Amino acid sequence: MPKKVSKNPKDRAFEALSAFFAAMVLTLGLLLLLVLLYESLPALRKFGAGFIVSQAWNPVEKEFGALSFIYGTVITSFLAILLAVPLSVGAAIFINDFAPQWLKKPVSLLAELLAAIPSVIYGLWGIFVLVPMLRSAFMKPMAKYFGWWIPLFKGPVYGPSVLAASVLLSIMIVPFILSVSREVLATVPVRQKEAVLAIGGTRWEMIRIVVGQHCIPGIFGATVLGLGRALGETMAVTMVIGNRPDIFYSLFHQGYSMAAVIANEFAEAADLQLSSLILIGLLLFILTFLVNLAAKWILSNLVKNTSLRN
Amino acid sequence: MNTLSFRRKAIDTGMRWAFCLCAFLVILPLFMIFFDLVSKGAKELQWSLLTNLPRPVGEEGGGIANGILGSFVITLLTMIWSVPIAVMCGIYLAEYGKGRLASAVRFTVDSLAGVPSIIMGIFGYTLVVLPMKRFSAWAGAAALTMIFVPIVARTTEDMLRTVSQPVREAALALGIERWKTTLYIVLRTAQAGILTGILLAMARILGETAPLLFTILGNQFWQTRLDQPTAAMPLQVFSYAISPYKEWHDKAWAAALVLITLVLFINIGARRLTREKR
Repeated sequence: MPKKVSKNPKDRAFEALSAFFAAMVLTLGLLLLLVLLYESLPALRKFGAGFIVSQAWNPVEKEFGALSFIYGTVITSFLAILLAVPLSVGAAIFINDFAPQWLKKPVSLLAELLAAIPSVIYGLWGIFVLVPMLRSAFMKPMAKYFGWWIPLFKGPVYGPSVLAASVLLSIMIVPFILSVSREVLATVPVRQKEAVLAIGGTRWEMIRIVVGQHCIPGIFGATVLGLGRALGETMAVTMVIGNRPDIFYSLFHQGYSMAAVIANEFAEAADLQLSSLILIGLLLFILTFLVNLAAKWILSNLVKNTSLRN
Repeated sequence: MNTLSFRRKAIDTGMRWAFCLCAFLVILPLFMIFFDLVSKGAKELQWSLLTNLPRPVGEEGGGIANGILGSFVITLLTMIWSVPIAVMCGIYLAEYGKGRLASAVRFTVDSLAGVPSIIMGIFGYTLVVLPMKRFSAWAGAAALTMIFVPIVARTTEDMLRTVSQPVREAALALGIERWKTTLYIVLRTAQAGILTGILLAMARILGETAPLLFTILGNQFWQTRLDQPTAAMPLQVFSYAISPYKEWHDKAWAAALVLITLVLFINIGARRLTREKR
C-alpha cells in the first residue's frame, strides 16, 4: 500500500478506528500481565523467591510454595515431548515422503482433528480408558518385574499417575508438532532430494542425508512449540495426574501440576492461598511465554535461512 | 543399473514401515476416543438428556439442557464483541500495520495466543468476578474473549495478506476511497478465510473448560440472567467425570458425545468453507 498519509478524512477516521481496536488488544495483553503481577503481590511479598523452592502447600498454616507443582509440570511436559516428538516427526516424514497420494489428505486431516478435541474430553477418556489400560497392561507388570530394582517403575500402582498424564499430554501435542514438522520438511529443496535418488540412494538414505541436514533446527523448533503447549495444558492433566503435591521419582507416582492446582483450588481459595495460586499462574505465564518466544525465534531464523517462506 | 545391496534395501524397507507405524500410532488415539465416545455415550443419549435439567444421583432422566444453553450464551456473548475487535485489529495489522504500535500489537497477539487458557480464567475472575462479587456469564465471556481475540486477529491478518496487492491498487486506481477498498474489496476477497478462522475459534471456545471453572462456576438450574453462575457443557462433562457415581459417568460420556459432535461439526464446516472457495 502507498505509505503516504491519506488526506481523505474518512480514510483517516477508518485508520484511527482500526488503530483504536488494535490498541485495545494491546491493552488487554498489558491488563492481563498487570492483573497477574498485582494479584500475586501479597504472596510474593510474604514468600519472596523462596516460593519457587519451597515444597510446602498448607492452607491451614498458610504456608505455600510452588516447587512440587513446577516439578510435576516440567516432568510431565518433558516426558510428553519425549514420546510425542519421534512419533510426530516419523508421521510427518511418512505423510510427506512415503505415503501414496490418496493417503496423504486423510491422514493429515485426522491428525488435525486430534487438535480439535476439547481437552476435557481427553481427560474423560484418560480417566475411564487410558488409565485402566495403562495400569493393567503396563504399570502393573513393570512394577512387578522391575519396580524393586528400578526406582522409575516403583509401585504402588494407583492408576492416575505422572505416566498417565504424560501419555495423555503426548497425544494432545502430537498434532502441533506434526503440522510444524511438515512445514519444516516442506522447506527442503526438492532438487536435493532428487539428486540423492538420482545417484542411486534409497528413499531412507534421501531422508537421512537431506532431511537430516536441513530439518534438525526446525524440528527442534517444533519440539519447543509442543513443549509450550504441554506446559499449560490443564483439564486433561488435572483429571489423570492424581493431584498430589509431591516430589516423585517413580513414573507411577501421583503428582500435581501448576495448571492443575489452579484449576482445583482457585474457586474455593481466599487471601494468601488465592494470591499464591495467582503467583503460580504468573510463573506459568512467564514459563510458557519464554518457551513460545524461543520456539518463534528458532523457527523464524530457519525460515530466513532457507529463504523459502512457503 | 546396479542391484541394490540387500542390506540397504532391508534398511529402507524397515524405515518405511517404521514411519508408517508412526503415522498409525498418531491417529490411533483418535479412533479409540471416537469409538469410546460413541459406544459409551450413545446409550445415555436420549431426548431427556438434551431437554432436562441435571438431577441428583438416583433419579432417572437428568439432562444437560442448561449446559447446552449456557455454552451457547457465553459463546455468543464472547463473539458479539470479540469478532469486531479481532477483525479490526487484524485489518490494522495487515493494512496499516507499520511502526511501533503495530509491532507491539503483533507481539501481544502472538504472545496471548500461547498463554494457557487457565490463566485467562484468572483474568476473568479478578476483573469481573471480584468486582461483581459473584460468578457470572460475563466473567466467562471475559475469559473466553482473551482466547478468541488473538486467534481471530492473527488469521484475519494472515488472510488479508493473501489478497494480492494489484487488487488494492486496481480499486484505488478506480478512485475508490481507501477505507471502502479495505472494507468492500479486500475484506470481501478474504472473507471465506476470515470466516473459517472465526468458526474455528468458536469451536475452540465452545470446548474450553479451564477458563470457565472459576468464572461461570456451573449451575444445577436454569440460569435466567447473565450475572448468575452459569452451566456449560464442558463443565458438566468435567464434574460428572470426576464424580464417584457410575450413572454420572455415563452422563459424562453422553454429554461429551454431544459436545464433540457440535465442536467437530463447526470445525469441519469451517474447513469446508475455504476449500470450496479455492
